[in-house]
Amino acid sequence: MIVGSLLLAALACLLFSGTTGSVTVGLAELPDAVDQVLHGRQDTLAASLLALRAGRALTAFVTGGALALAGIMMQALLRNPLADPYVLGISAGASVGALFALLMMCAAVVVDGAALLGAVAVSMLLYLLARRDMRGGVAAEGGTSTLLLTGVILMSACMALVTLMLSIAPEGALRNMVFWMIGDLAGTPLRVLPWIVLAGGLAFALRNARAMNVLALHADTARTLGIEVGRLRKGLFFVSGVLTASAVTNAGSIGFVGLIVPHACRFAFGPDHRVLIPSAVLLGGSFLVLCDTLARTVIAPTQLPVGAITALIGAPVFLYQLHQLRK
Amino acid sequence: MITTEGLTLEVADRTLVRDLDWTVQGGECWSIIGRNGAGKSTLLRTVAGLRGANQGTVRLDGRVLDDWPLEELARRRAYLAQSRTDAFAYSAIDTVLSARHPYHANRYWEGSDDHQAALQALAAMEVEHLARRDVRTLSGGERQRVAIAALLAQDTPLLLLDEPANALDLAHQVSVTGLLARLCRRERKTVVMIGHDLNLAYGISTHALLLRGDGGWLAGPVAQVMQPALLGDYLGHPIEMIEHGGRRIFIPFEDHHERHDS
Repeated sequence: MIVGSLLLAALACLLFSGTTGSVTVGLAELPDAVDQVLHGRQDTLAASLLALRAGRALTAFVTGGALALAGIMMQALLRNPLADPYVLGISAGASVGALFALLMMCAAVVVDGAALLGAVAVSMLLYLLARRDMRGGVAAEGGTSTLLLTGVILMSACMALVTLMLSIAPEGALRNMVFWMIGDLAGTPLRVLPWIVLAGGLAFALRNARAMNVLALHADTARTLGIEVGRLRKGLFFVSGVLTASAVTNAGSIGFVGLIVPHACRFAFGPDHRVLIPSAVLLGGSFLVLCDTLARTVIAPTQLPVGAITALIGAPVFLYQLHQLRK
Repeated sequence: MITTEGLTLEVADRTLVRDLDWTVQGGECWSIIGRNGAGKSTLLRTVAGLRGANQGTVRLDGRVLDDWPLEELARRRAYLAQSRTDAFAYSAIDTVLSARHPYHANRYWEGSDDHQAALQALAAMEVEHLARRDVRTLSGGERQRVAIAALLAQDTPLLLLDEPANALDLAHQVSVTGLLARLCRRERKTVVMIGHDLNLAYGISTHALLLRGDGGWLAGPVAQVMQPALLGDYLGHPIEMIEHGGRRIFIPFEDHHERHDS
């Protein structure tokens, strides 16, 4: 029921995003325009605007959904509700790759490829360094503290490289680099691959939702309840890594979605992953679509980077929740 | 039920248990007794399958532990950890329902039978009124009883408990250990537990395993093993025993002169 209503809300967000902008598409024109877009014709202005905006909104949706899902997995993996997809430095690795490509004035495709390469490199390094933590059952009160610490340190190292590159970058490249860092959906083409990644991640998460509950509750002791702790941890690590890499490659490192959305869902629907996973994907997608719509309408025709909007909305919401939690 | 052959456990180059040949039969109630760091929890974790043996083998129902599929094993034995940390706001009933995991292999949601088992287990631990509470808001003793309720809901023939009486008040210590004794005697369940209270252990156990922490061990029926001289040797402090109304009561020996001085 929750998932159903969220699905409707997500569709509403997509349509809302399609109609708002520098030129508004009226409600009366909407059914006809949707019909035209669905049939692959764009005869009227409304229809072509809708197609253009829908493409961007769909990219926002898939990015937000992937980030929220990766956030949930990371939180379950680290048993830490404050973890997010970026905490282990995967996005910082992507930043290093992408900024280096931007510094070299490479084409957009190369930038995306370099981002992916950076994310993969950091993931591999992290995996090699923290393999023991994944297996579980090493320490008496086993956990994933080595993994977390290794990730945080790798992230600082990557961020140092990022700062270095920003400081030596020429004026021309700097603006693009900063926009990439904050996360920006402008000019991102609608791709199929992120949807496949999200679908695969969602399938994995739903299959393991019950096991994730047991892992979140019992940590290493989950093994005595029939959970292959090592295999589940590795799965969570890799799937959330791929999701993060896909999202970051697509839209830069958009902050806060992976932290705020799982949190808000947990707050509203409880910690059960079987409800949490589908609702967070839908809510994360809708949230980013709305933020992106705001980003391109607030001071239109100038477009803001969407990452700035998510952080601006996310920070106060998150502080409020944290305060509630403490009480 | 459990058989160990030549089991040796080492932690950081220290041999805690050497060549343990130990057999636990169905329906027996064992207490593992020893000083801090003597390897009690390490042994229990090894028997639970959370840790590998340094040497030797552990068998459950004649099958080597590593050869058991994890889910099948989870329907045979349950394990209560010494302590736990709760990171998320799960409710008490959620934690108990999670113990039903090995029974609903391919279902997405629990069935009503699982809910019934969970509620019964909570009632047996006198915590059914806490079912909807966030586990992070429970007191230490309440959390412990919820954890034991999860163990009961797992409904296994073998129960491994690391200090079940931890954080419990006197009344609940007695009722929980009484419940464990009843499970052994009436339902023929097998219990292996760690405890520091010799009197409680003597009251409910049929057998005891003493660990000295240097590799030495002694296993047998309580009447043979729980003797003041032996206990004093293994625990590193002289123990006196009083017979009172057919019960044996163990008290640590105190040097009265020393006490007078202080």
